[in-house]
Amino acid sequence: MTGSVGHAGLVGHPGVLAASTIAAPHIEYSQLAPMLIVFAAALAGVLVEAFAPRSARRSLHIVLALGGLGAAFILTILIAASSSIFAGGGAGHIAAMGAVGVDRPTLFIQGTILVLAMLTMLIIADTAHGLSPFVAQAAAVPGSAEEREGLLKGVTHTEIYPLTMFAVGGMLLFPAANDLLTMFVALEVLSLPLYLLCGLARRRRLLSQEAAMKYFLLGSFSSAFFLFGIAMLYGFAGSVRLSAIASAASTNTANETLLLAGVALLGLGLLFKIGAVPFQGWKPDVYQGAPTPITALMASCVVVSAFGALLRVFYVAFGTLTWDWRPVLWVIAILTMLLGAVIAITQTDVKRLLAYSSITHAGYILTAVVASSALGLSSSLFYLATYGFSTVGAFALITLVRDPSGEALHLSRWAGLGKRSPLVAATFAFFLLAFAGIPLTSGFTGKFAVFQAAEASGATPLVIIGVLASAIAAFFYVRIIVLMFFSDPVPDGPAVVVPSALTGTAVAIGAAATLFLGIIPGPLLSLANNAATHLFVR
Amino acid sequence: MSPSAYVTLSVILFAIGGVGVLVRRNAIIVFMCIELMLNAANLAFVAFARMHGNLDGQVIAFFVMVVAAAEVVVGLAILMAIFRTRRSTSVDDASLLKN
Repeated sequence: MTGSVGHAGLVGHPGVLAASTIAAPHIEYSQLAPMLIVFAAALAGVLVEAFAPRSARRSLHIVLALGGLGAAFILTILIAASSSIFAGGGAGHIAAMGAVGVDRPTLFIQGTILVLAMLTMLIIADTAHGLSPFVAQAAAVPGSAEEREGLLKGVTHTEIYPLTMFAVGGMLLFPAANDLLTMFVALEVLSLPLYLLCGLARRRRLLSQEAAMKYFLLGSFSSAFFLFGIAMLYGFAGSVRLSAIASAASTNTANETLLLAGVALLGLGLLFKIGAVPFQGWKPDVYQGAPTPITALMASCVVVSAFGALLRVFYVAFGTLTWDWRPVLWVIAILTMLLGAVIAITQTDVKRLLAYSSITHAGYILTAVVASSALGLSSSLFYLATYGFSTVGAFALITLVRDPSGEALHLSRWAGLGKRSPLVAATFAFFLLAFAGIPLTSGFTGKFAVFQAAEASGATPLVIIGVLASAIAAFFYVRIIVLMFFSDPVPDGPAVVVPSALTGTAVAIGAAATLFLGIIPGPLLSLANNAATHLFVR
Repeated sequence: MSPSAYVTLSVILFAIGGVGVLVRRNAIIVFMCIELMLNAANLAFVAFARMHGNLDGQVIAFFVMVVAAAEVVVGLAILMAIFRTRRSTSVDDASLLKN
């Protein structure tokens, strides 16, 4: 935790910089418990890696990871219930000397991330049919004797479990960070393990390593912008607390250059993580090259976390600057929705196609962010939850359709799948319809909510373009469905493996949530509304 | 010398790093340029800490150093793996992922 940065008590004057008194930091462990448990489980995973025999590692890791995520989820619910945050209580608490805000939207986001991370963990842990999606020895050169030996022995890197847990811990902290330093550290804690995980695919090693390098270079490039933005805002406000920046922005009219430069650079770093145009370039490459379970993690949990942080920064720190950033976000939302939908049409790789679809969805959520209201916040939260479930389910299904050389990712291989394995094809078609926003799926209710929020804030042109982009997107979703059900199967086409209990559960929960939230969205919608009424704690 | 000169210097360093990332083709050099950008931010933090008369900026600089060190570990591991495979660290050679 980084709560000990002195915001209080460390006051000197220029030239002396001596602290008169240093108050011992006060940390509310009960409020931070979900994050602490996830980090503790990750550290315990490192110990397992060091001391447990190889044969016992995988099962120990799975127990630790799922147990840690489950315990953290239960604690999140308990915090929401016991501190009367949701029972008509206040907005929430600020913990760890102002470094972390544990408030209603944050608890909703953390709960969502934890559930989605548990589902993703099921796919990551799946080694049925003798094949883990992860490389045997990352250090072995692809195609070498060393690698073949590792493949024959069937060893895998069990380090993937602690790495995933560290990433999930960072994702929990990222939207909760109440000062920009904590946010930067959380950003790196979530990103660094993901860079490594991207490069660990068992098949198509070169693509995987290339994806890792691209993600790493572009990701650290964007975090350098994020950091310089923090420096500018610190120069403007003299503090990195979000609330201090907000109050300085409303009172201090000198040095506006610093403020606006800070807003732009910080916004760039955040928009990169959600993959908004013009910072979307990494997304198709990385989603395609990464191991499919990790793609599922990035497309669901990371997007939820990054939108949480984006909402907090723009609603709290830049809340008084709405007129400065709203036009820019308008343009970005329009470009993101249209570009993602148009380029997706020409794609031939399933994962690449879903990456462009994910870019389009980021655009839809941005229309709600632009609304800058409680309605915008609640609809974004709802959309993130519904989209996360469908995404994890869809990527879990992709791991089931296999060629002898690995997953069958080229769309032509999916032709006629509906005739050979109707259930898998029908479930995938259902997820695609949810992405397209067809009624009776969660995609429809989510899209309706965000467009309603944008409309209420007077952004009617955004809604019109959003509906237009949805129509374009529906075209390529339906094209895949037609391909699966109405074309002849390819000879020696991909085999659909029978899902193991792990992946099967992930698909079933994803599909059930997509259906349930499409038919009865009321409970989650009211939870999201309740989470958003007081906006973020300051 | 006034602290604002250091802020100007940090902006110049940041720009050099940013341009380097965009024009250089060797992944190691690109990575060094990113490190230069992080250090430019550190310089800005320390200069602003002096101007505001509080310690926050200096403390942040230490955090950034630790984060940058962790980033080096991860980054060099990835670049090493790529180099062993391809015998090259040029970002132009890594171009399998295209439409």
